[in-house]
Amino acid sequence: MIWLTWRQFRLQALVVVGAVAALAVVLVVTGPGLADDYQRYAGDFLNQIQFDRINQYLYIAGQSLVYAAPPVIGAFWGAPLIARELEAGTHRLVWNQSITRTRWLVTKLAFTGIGAMVVTGALSLAVTWWADPIDDAIDAGQTAGFFEIPRLLPPVFGARGVVPIGYAAFAFALGVAVGLLVRRSVVAIAITLAGVIAIQILSPILIRPYLMTPVETTVIVTVENMRGLQLSGPGQNPVVMRVEAKADGEGNWKLSEQTVNSAGEAQKTLPSYLAECGPPPPNATAEEARSRQPLSVCFQRLADDGYRQQITYHPASHFWGLQWREAGLFLLLAFGLTGFCFWRIRRDLT
Amino acid sequence: MTSALRARGLGKKYGRRWALTECTLDVPAGRVVGLVGPNGAGKSTLLNLAVGMLTPTTGSIEVLDAPTGGPQLAKIGFVAQDTPTYGRLSVAEHLKLGAHLNPGWDDSLAQARIQQLGLDPKQRAGKLSGGQRAQLALTLGIAKRPELLILDEPVAALDPLARREFLQDLMEAVTEQELSVVLSSHLVSDVERSCDYLVVLVDSRVQISGDIETLLATHYRLAGPRRDEKSMPQNHYVISASHTDRQSTFLVRTDEPILDPAWSISQLTLEDIVLAYMGRSASMQRNDRPVLEVHR
Repeated sequence: MIWLTWRQFRLQALVVVGAVAALAVVLVVTGPGLADDYQRYAGDFLNQIQFDRINQYLYIAGQSLVYAAPPVIGAFWGAPLIARELEAGTHRLVWNQSITRTRWLVTKLAFTGIGAMVVTGALSLAVTWWADPIDDAIDAGQTAGFFEIPRLLPPVFGARGVVPIGYAAFAFALGVAVGLLVRRSVVAIAITLAGVIAIQILSPILIRPYLMTPVETTVIVTVENMRGLQLSGPGQNPVVMRVEAKADGEGNWKLSEQTVNSAGEAQKTLPSYLAECGPPPPNATAEEARSRQPLSVCFQRLADDGYRQQITYHPASHFWGLQWREAGLFLLLAFGLTGFCFWRIRRDLT
Repeated sequence: MTSALRARGLGKKYGRRWALTECTLDVPAGRVVGLVGPNGAGKSTLLNLAVGMLTPTTGSIEVLDAPTGGPQLAKIGFVAQDTPTYGRLSVAEHLKLGAHLNPGWDDSLAQARIQQLGLDPKQRAGKLSGGQRAQLALTLGIAKRPELLILDEPVAALDPLARREFLQDLMEAVTEQELSVVLSSHLVSDVERSCDYLVVLVDSRVQISGDIETLLATHYRLAGPRRDEKSMPQNHYVISASHTDRQSTFLVRTDEPILDPAWSISQLTLEDIVLAYMGRSASMQRNDRPVLEVHR
C-alpha cells in the first residue's frame, strides 16, 4: 500500500520537495554568513545588510514559500487524493483488493499527511533559522528599510516556527475532505486553495489575538512614543480624531488602542489643541511653522489634562506561546477533518 | 458452501429513489451465473451491494454464506463496470499493485495471463484498448485467487470481437480455477455464451432463476386454435399469451411432456425466454389495476 501511495503521489511530491530543497540549500549556504554579520555589526547589523540584494530576496522568497506551502499542499496533495480516484472510478478497483478502504485511507493519509508536515516543517525551520538574526535585530529595536516588521506581527508570524506545520496539516486534511465531498479534482483544488488562503488571511484577525490573554497597559503620549495623529476636517480647524502611541518594549503586536480622559472614559475626538502636536499643515507659511510651540509643550498639556492611551498588545515574549497554541489548534482541526474523512469513506461511494 | 449470493428483502435507496426493492434471491456457488435484466433493473446496485461498495437500506445480503465486509474482501474478486484501471500506471505496475494489496496473489498466473494476452508490461493502462483494459482488470480479479468472481457488465463497452475474446478467456480461467462467477449483462447473447445458470432481474425482482439447460428444456412455444388462457392444464405455467381471431400462441413452462395434439410445439431460445419474462413483468405492471378489477 505504501508502494502504491508513493507511486501515485511521487510527481506532486517531487515538485514541492524540489522547490523546498532548492530554497533550503541556498538558505543553509548563506545563513552562516548572515549570523556572522550579526555578530560583527551588532547594533548596526540591519543597516549593514539592507543593501545586499540577496538578503532582501531570500527574506522575501523564504517568507513567500512558507506561506505558499499550505495552500499548495492542500490543493495538490490533499484535494486529488480521493477525488481523483472517485473521478476515474479507480476506487472501485483499489477498494476491491484484499485490504479495507479504512486501511487504504490510513496509509494514504499517514504517508502523505506526515510528508506534508515534515516538508513544511523543514522549510519553516530553514527560514526561521536563516532569518533569526534579522528577527532578533528587529526585536532589539533596529530597523532598516525593508527589515522592519517584528516576527510577532501577522506578515511574518505565519512564516516562522511551528505554525506552518499546523497549517500544512490542516490544509492537507481540508483538501482530502473537500475532495471526498465534491468528488472532482479540479473543483476540489479550487475550493481548497481559496479556503486555505482565506483562513491564512482571517486567522490573524479572528483567531490569533485570542489565543493568549493580551497585556493591557496605559501610557502617556510623549514626543518619543507618538506614532500617529489622525485629523479630520478643514485645514485650519481640524477635528483631532485619534492619536497613537507605542507601548513599552520592542517587537510588540498592538491589538487595540484608545484614548481615555482623566475619568477613564473613552474619547471619540480629542482636544483641538492636539493638532499642534503634529507636523504643520502642508500649506502653512514658514512664519506660521516657526511660531508653533515645541511639541513637548503640547504633549505635556495633554498629559496634564489627564488623557492616557489604553493599549492592549501581545509582547514579543508571547511569540512561542502563540506559535504553539495556533499550531495545536490547526492540528486539532486537521484531526477533526481526518475523522470526518474516515466516517465518510465507510459509507456508500460508487 | 452452498450459495454465492443470498439476498433477503434487499433494498437500496439513493436519496428518494429506490434502485432496488425487496430483492430476494439465491445464487448457487460453483456455477457461472448470468444476471440479466434491462438497464435500470438494479443489477449494478445488487452487485455493488454484494461486494460491499454499497450498504443495504433494507434487508440483507450474504456472499459465500457470510455478511460482506473486511475479511470477505480477499475471497471476492470484483471487476467493476467500465473496468477501471489507473491510466498512468503501467501494466506491470498494476500487477505489482495486485501483489502488494492481496495476500493470496498468484503472480505466476498474472504474468502468464499478461504474456498470453500479448500485453506489453511497460505500456501504460491509459494507452490500452478497451478490450485490453478489461483483460487487465480481469487479470487483477483472477490473480487475487478469489472464491467468487463478480463482474459488473464487463463487456458492455467492448466491440463484438473483444467481447467474445473476453468471455472466452473468462471461461478458460473459470474452468482452470474452479471459481464461482456472477456476471451481469443486459445482453442475453453474452450470458448464453458463457454461463450455465441464469437469473433474470426486472424491476428489482427475480423473474426466473435456474440452470440454463433446464430452462431451455422446460419452456415451449405452443401454437394452436384459439383458446382461453384459463383453460390451459394446471401444470402449464403461462408466461405470455397472444391471440389472433383464430389462433392462440402461448409461451409456457412445464416439467411434464406436452401431450395435447392440438398444439404445434416449438423450442425456445434463451433470448426468447428472457424476453418473455421481461415482457411479462412490463405488461403486468401496466395492466395491474384493470386486471384486478376484472377479476373482482
